[in-house]
Amino acid sequence: MRATANHDLAAHNQYRFGRLTRSLLLYLVAIAGAFIMVVPLLYMLSTAFMPNQYVLQTPPVLIPTHPTFDNFVAAWSANNFGGAFLNSVIVATTATVITVLLSSMLAFAFGRYRFPGRTLLFYLMLATMTVPGTVLVIPQFVMASRLQLTNSLWGLIIVYSAGMALSVYLLKGFFEEMPQDLFDAAAIDGCGVFQSFFRIALPLARPALAAVAIFAFSANWDEFTWAITSINDDSLYTLPVAIEQFYSNHATNWGVVFAATTIAVIPMILVFLLLQRYFVSGIAGAMKG
Amino acid sequence: MRVSFASSVKVRTARPRGISYTSRQRIAVYLLILPGMALFLIWTLYPMIYAFVMSFFDWNPNPAATSPFAGLSNYAEAFSDPIFFQAFRNVVAYTVVTVLGQMALGLAVALLLNRKMMGRGAFRALYYLPVVTSWVVVTIIFIYIFSTNGLVDYIFGNILHLIPPDQNWLGNTNLALPTLMILGIWKGVGWNMVVFLAGLQSIPPDLYEAARVDGANSWQVFRSITLPLLRPVLGFVSVVLMIGSFSTFIPVYILTSVGDGPLHSTETLLTYAYSNALSSFDFGYGAALTYIFAAFIFALALLQIRLTRYQIHY
Repeated sequence: MRATANHDLAAHNQYRFGRLTRSLLLYLVAIAGAFIMVVPLLYMLSTAFMPNQYVLQTPPVLIPTHPTFDNFVAAWSANNFGGAFLNSVIVATTATVITVLLSSMLAFAFGRYRFPGRTLLFYLMLATMTVPGTVLVIPQFVMASRLQLTNSLWGLIIVYSAGMALSVYLLKGFFEEMPQDLFDAAAIDGCGVFQSFFRIALPLARPALAAVAIFAFSANWDEFTWAITSINDDSLYTLPVAIEQFYSNHATNWGVVFAATTIAVIPMILVFLLLQRYFVSGIAGAMKG
Repeated sequence: MRVSFASSVKVRTARPRGISYTSRQRIAVYLLILPGMALFLIWTLYPMIYAFVMSFFDWNPNPAATSPFAGLSNYAEAFSDPIFFQAFRNVVAYTVVTVLGQMALGLAVALLLNRKMMGRGAFRALYYLPVVTSWVVVTIIFIYIFSTNGLVDYIFGNILHLIPPDQNWLGNTNLALPTLMILGIWKGVGWNMVVFLAGLQSIPPDLYEAARVDGANSWQVFRSITLPLLRPVLGFVSVVLMIGSFSTFIPVYILTSVGDGPLHSTETLLTYAYSNALSSFDFGYGAALTYIFAAFIFALALLQIRLTRYQIHY
């Protein structure tokens, strides 16, 4: 009896050791993968701090030997990335507010009321989601130039706000699931459609609205194709356009280029790191459909 | 008033059929949807129709000039245009490689991280960083690290000696598109991982245990339980990724805007449509190309949804 007990223990320990090494190995693989994901971004960051003569040296180094802030200063003031940053803030924020407001109004109506045309309009919106925004740039450009909306921040804001389909889709389910009793009780007190929306539905929908806002903001902040098509005035450039223009004009000044990209990327990365759960909940919401 | 939505009591949602609204309510609802619908109809739906109409004309961008009707000639032009076929081949190859690559790697990493391990949140964040970084920025980073004698060239050529050093990754007509494919896969893996992790975690662990008790090894478990149960997720992901990859625009645009453009070897359908419309001012042809593109995506999406529709329940 004792002998088999010892044998079992030995076998069990061997089994556990095997599993332990396997777990460790997989952990290392995961780390290696994460490393590959992150290295390009780290290299960008380190190059941003390198004076130009050390860029693209062989062998390449990850930690700059003579770090400097000069590139950032040059980027922000001399090349007006500061102005582009401001433009991006204005456009992205305004467009996001409009998108969240209008799409929640649509989602609330689609989700809680019946009216002729409801199904048609909703599925029409959904259908347009299969068409990527880039496709629309050509006709939108023709339309915008006829309306004198090219070369203007409003032209950007309007087109960015029009991309509501995904937000409406995400929010509709959320509004649908709100208990009717809330609205009935309010109706007894004389609450109409708009009041139900603004005083009951919207406040309750805050987490979903946050997720939608984050998605919309990051899409608007990074948008490039429409911006470069419609804007010619370099004082009106948004950050992605400013970066691309600078790169195509000063291709080898990598230090300043990456200082600018760092300025562009830091807000989004910070938002992501702080508000991760909203990114994930947005994806989960999209998948439920 | 805090209401718990987690409670499973089924509450009466939206109004039941047959209810009559007051005309005041009716008007209010229509007013509610008016601004959003107006914006959507004017700036999303109308452009689609506008482009459709444009594609049948020899469209002159000058509003004062008349555009001669061209019938199907824009579409016919596409089918005799070798660059169109090149762009088509490129984008199909790009889509196949990047979608399969991202999904395979994303699934692999999700499986890796789907266990109780420390720092899983940190891993998720790190893998997702490329996803939240804008295309403009990552394209420029990749141009940098793939430049001749840049980071990749140095590591793979001089250190690992896997390939001859001093490659012109983005200028060589044979290497440019594959390099963009690597970019596409790198950028997308994190997103796939997050989605698949969510899917994996919805599979009840008892199924795995039951299989193990029956003596299944890891591969059998994967093939008979994990994959079938993930099928709807895989379907959804593949459609979304396919549409995204087929529409790739920014990396190609940035690459070719600096004059590095390797002779249409990275040209995609959309970049070709765009350059026809906005550089050559042949709006009709550009619009026709976008419609060929849209038709193709639509057909592919339908096909994929069909193929991955059936859900299995254990």
